Amino acid sequence: MSSRPPEPSLAPAGAPEKARLGIWTFLATEVLLFGGLFTAYTVFRIAHPAQFHSDYLQLNRLFGALNTVVLICSSLSVAIGIAAIRQGKERALQRCLIITLLLAAAFLGIKYLEWSDHFAHGIYPRTSIFFALYYTMTGLHALHVMAGMGALTTMLVLARRGKFSAEYSTPVEITGIYWHFVDLVWIYLFPLLYLIG
Amino acid sequence: MPALTFLHGEASRSAGEVDGAFIFIAAICIFFFLLTQGFLIYFALRYRRKKGEPDVETPYITDNHTLETVWVIVPSLLLLAIFAYGYVVFIDLKSPLAHATEIAVTAQQWQWSFTYPDGRTVVGELRLPVGRPVKLTMTSRDVIHGFFIPAYRQKQDVLPGRYTYLWLEPDRVGSYDIFCSQYCGTGHSLMRATLVVMPAAAYAQWVEQQEAKARQAKAGTEPLAEKGEELMEQSGCLGCHTVDGTPKVGPTLKGLYGKSVPLSTGQSVTADDDYIRESIVDPNAKIVKGFPPIMPTFRGKLSADDIRAIIAYLKTLH
Amino acid sequence: MTERAAAVPLADRGYLTERGFRAWATTLDHKRIGVMYLFTTLFFFLVGGLFAIVIRLKLMTPGPGFISDHTYNVFFTIHGALMIFIFVIPAIPSSLGNFFIPLLIGARDVAFPRLNLFSYWLFVAGICVVFGSLLNPMDTGWTFYAPYSTRTAAAVTVLAFGLFMTGMSTILTGLNFVVTIHKLRAPGMTWYRMPLFIWAMYATSIINVLATPVIGITFLLLAAERLFGIGFFDPAKGGDPLLFQHFFWFYSHPVVYVMILPAMGIISEVIPVFARKPIFGYKAIAYSALAIAFISFLVWGHHMFVSGMSTVAGVIFSFLTFFVAVPTGIKIFNWIATLYKGSIHLDSPMLYALTFIFHFIIGGLTGMFLGALGTDVHVHDTYFLVGHFHYTIMGGTIMGLFAGLHYWFPKMTGRLLDELRAKLAWLFIIVGFNVTFFPMFILGYLGMPRRYAEYPPRFQTLHIVSTVGSWVLTIGIAIMFLNFLRCMRKGQPAPANPWRALTLEWQTASPPATDNFETIPTVTTWPYGYGKKGDAGE
Repeated sequence: MSSRPPEPSLAPAGAPEKARLGIWTFLATEVLLFGGLFTAYTVFRIAHPAQFHSDYLQLNRLFGALNTVVLICSSLSVAIGIAAIRQGKERALQRCLIITLLLAAAFLGIKYLEWSDHFAHGIYPRTSIFFALYYTMTGLHALHVMAGMGALTTMLVLARRGKFSAEYSTPVEITGIYWHFVDLVWIYLFPLLYLIG
Repeated sequence: MPALTFLHGEASRSAGEVDGAFIFIAAICIFFFLLTQGFLIYFALRYRRKKGEPDVETPYITDNHTLETVWVIVPSLLLLAIFAYGYVVFIDLKSPLAHATEIAVTAQQWQWSFTYPDGRTVVGELRLPVGRPVKLTMTSRDVIHGFFIPAYRQKQDVLPGRYTYLWLEPDRVGSYDIFCSQYCGTGHSLMRATLVVMPAAAYAQWVEQQEAKARQAKAGTEPLAEKGEELMEQSGCLGCHTVDGTPKVGPTLKGLYGKSVPLSTGQSVTADDDYIRESIVDPNAKIVKGFPPIMPTFRGKLSADDIRAIIAYLKTLH
Repeated sequence: MTERAAAVPLADRGYLTERGFRAWATTLDHKRIGVMYLFTTLFFFLVGGLFAIVIRLKLMTPGPGFISDHTYNVFFTIHGALMIFIFVIPAIPSSLGNFFIPLLIGARDVAFPRLNLFSYWLFVAGICVVFGSLLNPMDTGWTFYAPYSTRTAAAVTVLAFGLFMTGMSTILTGLNFVVTIHKLRAPGMTWYRMPLFIWAMYATSIINVLATPVIGITFLLLAAERLFGIGFFDPAKGGDPLLFQHFFWFYSHPVVYVMILPAMGIISEVIPVFARKPIFGYKAIAYSALAIAFISFLVWGHHMFVSGMSTVAGVIFSFLTFFVAVPTGIKIFNWIATLYKGSIHLDSPMLYALTFIFHFIIGGLTGMFLGALGTDVHVHDTYFLVGHFHYTIMGGTIMGLFAGLHYWFPKMTGRLLDELRAKLAWLFIIVGFNVTFFPMFILGYLGMPRRYAEYPPRFQTLHIVSTVGSWVLTIGIAIMFLNFLRCMRKGQPAPANPWRALTLEWQTASPPATDNFETIPTVTTWPYGYGKKGDAGE
């Protein structure tokens, strides 16, 4: 096997475009994944309107609103970080990633408090269809937050090793797009579950 | 080889309609089948090159708008016609029939039970008078089942927690299969029942008999063995067990009492009162060799007195 | 061509040069990954086939057989689940797609080689989990209808997680292909110069990416239902069993087009090469693939006409269903028109391609009876339906796969197949297949329900015919596979372009080098210029 010089099409310049199409395609599958749950929510809400109303009153809107704020801030800090690395500011990127990770951890912490409060009041997934949906939807979302934290941590490690620069920031951008998506799902979940009972 | 039934009269109104649609679609399909397969095989053989022959020059055809328009438009119109015919028949199958007698159908793993307007419930057999429309109101006690009468070309899934409906109009006297068409577990293929269509007079007589028996039973004046026979018919035992010596889904009951029964474990046991009682309340404790363990329990459905009556009836079967 | 001597040495083993488990297990080469997929899926095809043979043996007698009814139910479930989820869905896309998409568009590899390897091992891991569920084998049928699947004692939860993993692998492969086809085409390869196999794979990948997550969430909900006692689908707990069916078919109907579209793509490649004529109606075939993909998302309800769904919904779904027939019909007419005045070589790939069309016409036409409301009420859930999908999936997809395997065998292995044995196998397969599955249409019309371990004796004759057919089919498959195995090691070395084809994969060595091309070719024309306009092969 003789190695040949790389083709122009495989040069790093083509990578971000490829990667961006990849992540958007992946997010399309994620939309369909959550779409199934949103469909189930719609079906059951039409079928059991009274139960949905009485159950939603038992959710803690303060926790929900707090979490919404936390996630929006984390999205903001990711966006600032990406803007920073595009200008080659590596330290700023690292700082932003740390802030984002802390906010994500805060989100999960609040979720833990919220769920343990429910359990203390004897509210479990099998309590009713509404709570089954509530736990499934927020639980699946929390799993996505954890996956996002894993990706952000990886980015932080790579950033500390000086992998990223003004010329090469594709993985950070991809992670950012994913993180915004996770945020967006919550923006839909919050009103559906907490506000319009 | 059983012949297709539409060659000798229809069992019900729905059968005629569905067969009409079937023949209509089949005609279109056979035409297209011959057309496409004909060209396919003809071209493949007509333009074939043997090994070693030089290639002929082939025409450079990449499309033909006229031809393509034709073979989009014509099939599309035929498809619309097929849809329309299917739609008309379907709507007719789903339309309520006037003055229909209502019969409640309950499905459970793995038997059908039918409750008549006068409150009698019979398992595994639906009797109807010929020519009178019937509405079946169906529900399931456990999982999804499917109520299917092939001779009537009628099918409807039966769901737990809600009602589904079928309208039947028997046109011909006879007995027909009822199958479960939706997979429901181990005994799915044995979840069958019989539809018996009788002449109106005979049907009225049968209803009369049944009601008289019911009155006797209420008064407690019938002989024990007869009461047992009665119970066996109502509980659906005869859906799986015969009394004439032929094995069906379950072993026959003829000559069972006092006989030695081979079990699936390789042992054998004598069919005494105790064994029969156990087989009714805990059917899967001892499985007869060569038969599937699918009998439902009758614990809580048949009282101790009922079982005594059934044993009395079994003693008479020799 | 037969050579009974020892193995003929190949001058250049191309991408197959490196040997050993590690070299294969950690490879990033799309061709090796494709070969691994091929071996994995074909292995499970044979396993699923063994179950099918046992099922047919059991059905020779109407009463209790040599296996209990419960075992029979387990067997048809395993047959269905293995064949659908582990063989047919990944069979063509993940194996031949992986191998040939980069070669056909003139790329060195897929867009994300690491992801490609990851999805293979995720697939294998998923299979392992699925087999873990065999400790308490599933008896639900491959459709897992709730509430039976939420109540049965079988290990449905484990199975659901296993299938979730194989589904995830399918999604990642589809994603990889979408990006590859968009971004890695050789210079000059415009959309209208792409081979039709690429169009078909593009449509397939779109379906995989958009439909598979829905079955993913369905399996998750089913698992949650069993683990936490929730009642999404169990009416006893306020759930809705029809919701499960809607979810299930929202994925499983598009996925039947995932099964068939790649096979159609292969047929579109094979027919022009062996007829020495340009493909008829290139754009019509390309767009009909996309049209099928699009419409496939709108017709899932035609599996539920008698499920208790509302009449109005049934009418709408039936109406939409007939729209799928139009693009499908266009493809069949186009292939037949391509044969017109051709110079046809009936080599084994062509025989399988023609067989595909033959079977698929029957499969498609019988679909009319199932798509039309009035007749579906009668034939739904009977052997008519079983016959219909075996004609489309086994008679269609698998014949397409066989056509592809015979067509590309020289390219993948660098060796030629034994034509005589390939044709003998074809003869057994086409006879056996039709004898096995055609009686099912009659059985179904007479009212034989599907998934029946025992049946009324009046159906026995046709069942015996079908079972005997399955033996003939088995002999054919056995001859074919033995031929593959033998020629892989001992076949004659193949030239770079044995069929004188114009697509890019034939313009490089057989087997191709690890990076596919000496230099990336520049494309100047569409790949179907056979016949008098400067055919490269003449």
